[in-house]
Amino acid sequence: YAPLYILLLSLCHRAPAIRLPSNNSKTPFLLRSKASRDSETMATKEDVQDPRIPKIASSIRVIPDFPKPGIMFQDITTLLLDTEAFKDTIDIFVERYKGKGISVVAGVEARGFIFGPPIALAIGAKFVPLRKPKKLPGKVISEEYSLEYGTDKIEMHVGAVEPGERAIIIDDLIATGGTLAAAIRLLERVGVTIAECACVIELPVLKGREKLGETPLFILVTSDAA
Amino acid sequence: MSRNKQEEDPRINGIKTKIRVVPDFPKKGIMFQDITTVLLDPKAFKDTIDLFVERYRDKNISVVAGIEARGFLFGPPIALAIGAKFVPLRKPKKLPGETIFEEYELEYGNDRLEMHVGAVEVGDRALVVDDLIATGGTLCAAIKLLERVGAEVVECACVIELPELKGRQRLKGKPLCMLVEYR
Repeated sequence: YAPLYILLLSLCHRAPAIRLPSNNSKTPFLLRSKASRDSETMATKEDVQDPRIPKIASSIRVIPDFPKPGIMFQDITTLLLDTEAFKDTIDIFVERYKGKGISVVAGVEARGFIFGPPIALAIGAKFVPLRKPKKLPGKVISEEYSLEYGTDKIEMHVGAVEPGERAIIIDDLIATGGTLAAAIRLLERVGVTIAECACVIELPVLKGREKLGETPLFILVTSDAA
Repeated sequence: MSRNKQEEDPRINGIKTKIRVVPDFPKKGIMFQDITTVLLDPKAFKDTIDLFVERYRDKNISVVAGIEARGFLFGPPIALAIGAKFVPLRKPKKLPGETIFEEYELEYGNDRLEMHVGAVEVGDRALVVDDLIATGGTLCAAIKLLERVGAEVVECACVIELPELKGRQRLKGKPLCMLVEYR
């Protein structure tokens, strides 16, 4: 089962740091190695200093042409198979958010459901699922967002959160930022302050960060494979 | 031991009172067991996970398989606590890369559950987790998927059982652990 590598670029070194596949000669393809200066990406402070990040990055598998040609899909299921990498991922988020008055962890369906609850449990916050339409029973509020073609909605239960609560929003990855921006709007509409959005992976080329307005974004790994 | 309910544990009642029943969802006549209200109570959620972790931590479980999407809420915390890998079992076309699938019956028609090729290995000892067991169709498909790749399914774990739907009998002889019954 071959995890491939993510291009990890470091702010401290002007040349991008490329992580090669650590093992497995059966790797069917390599990420484009963008050695040019344009492909530099900001690494978060944590990327550079936290020794757990490289292992997390290397546990993520990239699947080309999924769900459609041209898309390099970042598959975190291989991270979940690596017990140490999964634990480290959660620990990094927990260390960041524990003791910061966060009472709500909101997770975006479905992969946000994998990372959100362990964080919520560890920091003593409630977990609120943000779901596709018609999945949540009972009264919901919804927020629309744009897709490449058309729109979609995310929904949250009425009464799940209360005005004045502080929340973080979790998803596995931020691409265009459409879903996270909708999640921010949904929570802010009911009077919640979003302390931060947190994702394992960012695809900076897609500029999702810009859609989040004032809300900060924390990520562990960036990838040029968009 | 085929029936396993943590009858005496004082935490169970606290969990049970947090489950919200929503009538006529997704359609008339169904009393939907909503566990999202358990997730809103940090103590009840923690107790739920702790009860399963206490049961499984010394059983050498190497895989926790969670059924999309509410199995994703309970499976990963259990997996993390017992040091097992987490494997998502998903609706069709969600998992990238090579998958295998198992079909199961719905009231009208069929659906499929998919798993990644290579996620689970021969000899892995597996737990299957979902929020609720109704007819047992999905859990049975999950068991079949895991067994096809050579894993041993040790037990199925659900927060809620609807015993009148007799799902327990559809688990290919595998035991079921649940916390709360709804009749």
